[in-house]
Amino acid sequence: MYTEKVIEHFRHPHNMGKLTDYSAIGKVGNIICGDVMWLYIKVEPNEQGEDIIADISWETFGCTAAIATSSMVSDLAKGKTLDEAIALTNRVVAEELGGLPPKKMHCSALAADALNEAIYEYLQENGRPIPSALARRHERVAKEVGELESRYSQFSDKGEA
Amino acid sequence: MDRIYLDNSATTPLADSVRAAMEPYYQEVYGNPTSLHSFGQRARKAIEDGRESIAADLGVSREEIVFTSGATEADNLAILGAAMAAPKRKHVLVSAVEHHAVLHAADWLASTGDWMVERIPVDRVGRVDPDTVRSMMRDDTVLVSVMAGNNEIGTVQPIEAIAALCRERGALFHTDGVQAIGKRDLSLDGVDLFAASAHKFNGPKGTGFLFIRKGTPVVPLVHGGGHERGLRSGTENVSGIVGTAAAVRLAITERTDVVERLLGYRERLVREVLKIPGTRLNGQREGGLPHISNFSFQGIEGESLVMRLDEHGIATSTGSACSSPDLEPSHVLVAIGVPLSMAHGSLRVSTGRQTTEEEIERFLSVLPNVVANLRAISPFKVGE
Repeated sequence: MYTEKVIEHFRHPHNMGKLTDYSAIGKVGNIICGDVMWLYIKVEPNEQGEDIIADISWETFGCTAAIATSSMVSDLAKGKTLDEAIALTNRVVAEELGGLPPKKMHCSALAADALNEAIYEYLQENGRPIPSALARRHERVAKEVGELESRYSQFSDKGEA
Repeated sequence: MDRIYLDNSATTPLADSVRAAMEPYYQEVYGNPTSLHSFGQRARKAIEDGRESIAADLGVSREEIVFTSGATEADNLAILGAAMAAPKRKHVLVSAVEHHAVLHAADWLASTGDWMVERIPVDRVGRVDPDTVRSMMRDDTVLVSVMAGNNEIGTVQPIEAIAALCRERGALFHTDGVQAIGKRDLSLDGVDLFAASAHKFNGPKGTGFLFIRKGTPVVPLVHGGGHERGLRSGTENVSGIVGTAAAVRLAITERTDVVERLLGYRERLVREVLKIPGTRLNGQREGGLPHISNFSFQGIEGESLVMRLDEHGIATSTGSACSSPDLEPSHVLVAIGVPLSMAHGSLRVSTGRQTTEEEIERFLSVLPNVVANLRAISPFKVGE
């Protein structure tokens, strides 16, 4: 069901854990529906003075695909400029893993969304202009979180895990 | 690395004695049981001997056993066949923790608009209270279906009491016995319909049977040449039937010994696994099926837990949403009130007659590390 690349990243995930000195964090997903990803980025200027993702890490609660996409998105984003990182889509993440089963595609969306949210938070906190594509994605993620919370509101177990 | 199979609720290995019993019925005895000649007669005899053997083992009559392709078909025949045979009774009760073979068959009845189907709720360990069944029954209840033992959490149901209630009210009682044969004391007294599947107790896959008490009205779902007294047309799976009979005999003969051994494993599993912080047992602490233990682990997701254990050569399963075709967590765990976050982190460990103490110990030595490893990469830390 999973490609060798997915299994490889699941077995030996890259960049896992929490950065001690991160610049921003992107939190997506919901424990009630089974996938949560927290992505930490450290932003620093490179030699040309462009902001790049100098370091990145993540913590994920989720299935094999969620863990493999977390690992892959962190590999893909590391060292990229913020503009390049914003351009990373869930399709690219899935393709780099040699594909994902159709019902697991939402895991790759989660990974790309987490990266976006982290960059969004960084730009906003630093009073920087936010590209319109990034803002639109941020609005969509926020809307989805709201929908999930109302869908699962009958299960009041937020404190349990 | 020796692999360890702890997923015996999903399926079991074919027992040597069962395989040996089946062997002649592939190339040696290959006649069509319906044929008049000696080739056919030999195959017919094998089927009827198998029927006789199963009936004797279950304490029922041989004409009450109908062979099917397995328990899913048997459950469908029981539920749809009994409902369609009773045109005036339009109410069906099924427990909330039934296998999908029962739930979805009942849902189909409801979807036609001709039947009303209600789900009997269960308590925190998954048990149906007979008084609840009593209060939900109606004058037009055609059928009540409550499984003998649950396939995910191992909870054993009070089927004798529910069967008695059904008898009082003139309703039929069906029980899915898939996990029960060889694993619990079973009396079919008062049971009208009982479904079983050979591969769950070391028999071959693709074969099983439905017990139909004499005089129980059931209409067939599969029409054709009128096999199995018209209740299930189609050339019989001769080797499968022989294997089913051999597997029932083995399970019944070995039951006391196997149950004692598996209960010992379960006791050890439950005691040791619950020492891991942030862990819960789903289902009955005691009195459940001896071969099934179901746990939930805070902060981790079941599918990745199963995959990590598989890296260590250990086969288990989970009721996590991520592992289900519809991305919904197990209806059984939801029905017993397991919070969704914990339902995602469930692990079913199911032993079998071939399971050894060394395998249990190796599982117990690997599990805490795997749980710790997954918690280390989870945003939810246990105990913080």
